[in-house]
Amino acid sequence: MTLASGSAAVHGAVVEVSEMRKSYGGRDVVDGISFAVEEGEIFGILGPNGAGKTTTVECVEGLRVPDGGRVRVAGLDPVADHDEVTRVLGAQLQESELQAKLTVREALELYSALYPHPLDWRPLAERLGLTGRLTTRFGRLSGGQKQRLFIALALIGNPRVVVLDELTTGLDPRARRDTWELIEDVRAGGVTVLLVTHFMEEAQRLCDRIALIDNGRVTALDTPRGLIARLARSTVISFTPSVPLDDEELSALPALASVERREGRITLGGTDETVNAVISLLARRRITAHQLRVSDATLDDAFLDLTGTP
Amino acid sequence: MNASPPSATTAPATARRAARTAVLRAEARLYLREPGSLFWVLAFPPLLLAILGCIPMFREVSDDLDGLRPIDIYVPVTVLIGLIVVGAQAMPPVITGYRERGILRRMSTTPVRPAALLSAQMVLNGVAGLVSALLSVTLGRVVFDVALPRQFPAYLLVLLLALAASLSLGALISAWARTARNASAIGTVVFFPMLFCTGLWLPVRTMPDVMARVVEATPFGAAARALDQAAVGDWPAWSHLGVTAAWTAVLTAAAVRWFRWE
Repeated sequence: MTLASGSAAVHGAVVEVSEMRKSYGGRDVVDGISFAVEEGEIFGILGPNGAGKTTTVECVEGLRVPDGGRVRVAGLDPVADHDEVTRVLGAQLQESELQAKLTVREALELYSALYPHPLDWRPLAERLGLTGRLTTRFGRLSGGQKQRLFIALALIGNPRVVVLDELTTGLDPRARRDTWELIEDVRAGGVTVLLVTHFMEEAQRLCDRIALIDNGRVTALDTPRGLIARLARSTVISFTPSVPLDDEELSALPALASVERREGRITLGGTDETVNAVISLLARRRITAHQLRVSDATLDDAFLDLTGTP
Repeated sequence: MNASPPSATTAPATARRAARTAVLRAEARLYLREPGSLFWVLAFPPLLLAILGCIPMFREVSDDLDGLRPIDIYVPVTVLIGLIVVGAQAMPPVITGYRERGILRRMSTTPVRPAALLSAQMVLNGVAGLVSALLSVTLGRVVFDVALPRQFPAYLLVLLLALAASLSLGALISAWARTARNASAIGTVVFFPMLFCTGLWLPVRTMPDVMARVVEATPFGAAARALDQAAVGDWPAWSHLGVTAAWTAVLTAAAVRWFRWE
């Protein structure tokens, strides 16, 4: 009880990972990862292939035993208290299948029977658009239908947390957007979501906070906006001036991070301050800027910057 | 810290049993959806007996066989073949496939351990093997007038021992094979020597001395001799029962030692 003040920062945490390590064959796949997922949030784990994302969530799911550090799900140890953890945590795994000849209905009935307080699978199937596929065997489902079934199975035990690993990989853009709406619904229903992805758009759209993982370590942990704001060039301005501008004039602009010229078109990277200065410069010199575009940097840019990948 | 309500210890146990039953029921449905496997387990052994029984010579009393007809001694042989099919052929590709395709892993994230899938497979294949044995014995009795086993409890005991040996062999193949395809291949490689040991080509009792001794040291060679003895009304030799039981123990230990969940 007296120690409570020390852990106050993670009081509402449903998933806590601290200083977790895991190595295979001498290679540190996870090298001291720490993060805490608050109740009711959509927490993203983002990183390049082989960064250790899947290994991290597999330790949270209790499928792997970490070599060191501490993992807690709703205060339980996923390895020692595996049975209890499976009742509060639902999982969608990367690259797992079901029995090819099991129908959708049978899969839903089977998995509801495995949990003490399952959800009614009928409304769940309806929400996931599986109602018309109940008698179809797993092996005959399309990639999108399989994914939706796996989401249903992750939710069927009425969990407090769901872990979704590479959920929308292999889905067409339409199905991907539908899935995103579904995840927002799930969270609105009070379920905490731990989402592993390598799609920036997905992370930017869905996540409240993102842990960026690279080489088995957390390189940044922030909101999507916060990650973008860390960039020196969080805003990009591009235009084709009616009169050429020389480098000297441009380099005098405040907070300028990059200059690029291509066939008379100028692209500048900087901040809002840079934008204002460019506009007043153009007005002062009475230069017309054709096709003036101002855009925010994306999570893509932040990702490339923060993971140091070219 | 969080005191459990008094019923907390019994409720999960009941829930777990219900969950295991659900797994068994789903696996039973899937088992019935594999016509190929059902054919080899349930139809092939009796069919083999029927074909052999159509050969006139098989229905004539032979002096080499102590006054029995060949068809009489082929009933235990086909009974054993059914048991070998479930262990060596039917079960390993299913279990290996479940591991290969992440089905065991998926089940590990639920309150039911993936062991529930393995035990369901053992139960179903065991039942199928016994049904196959029953079909062969019934066919022999009804169509070819083969006497029912005279030492019935011993016959049943040998049957269960041979079934245990077969399932433990299947478990070991599942442990060793990396893919379902691999498991089928290993299953086929061990299948034919096993068939030979049952006396399918040459009844064990008519084998030359050295060969008979080698065959009787194998799990199904010993089981074949023991079934033979029980069929004619003798209590089977303890050495035969011991050989099959010892193999079962060794195969089970090896399967437990090498089995991987992923």
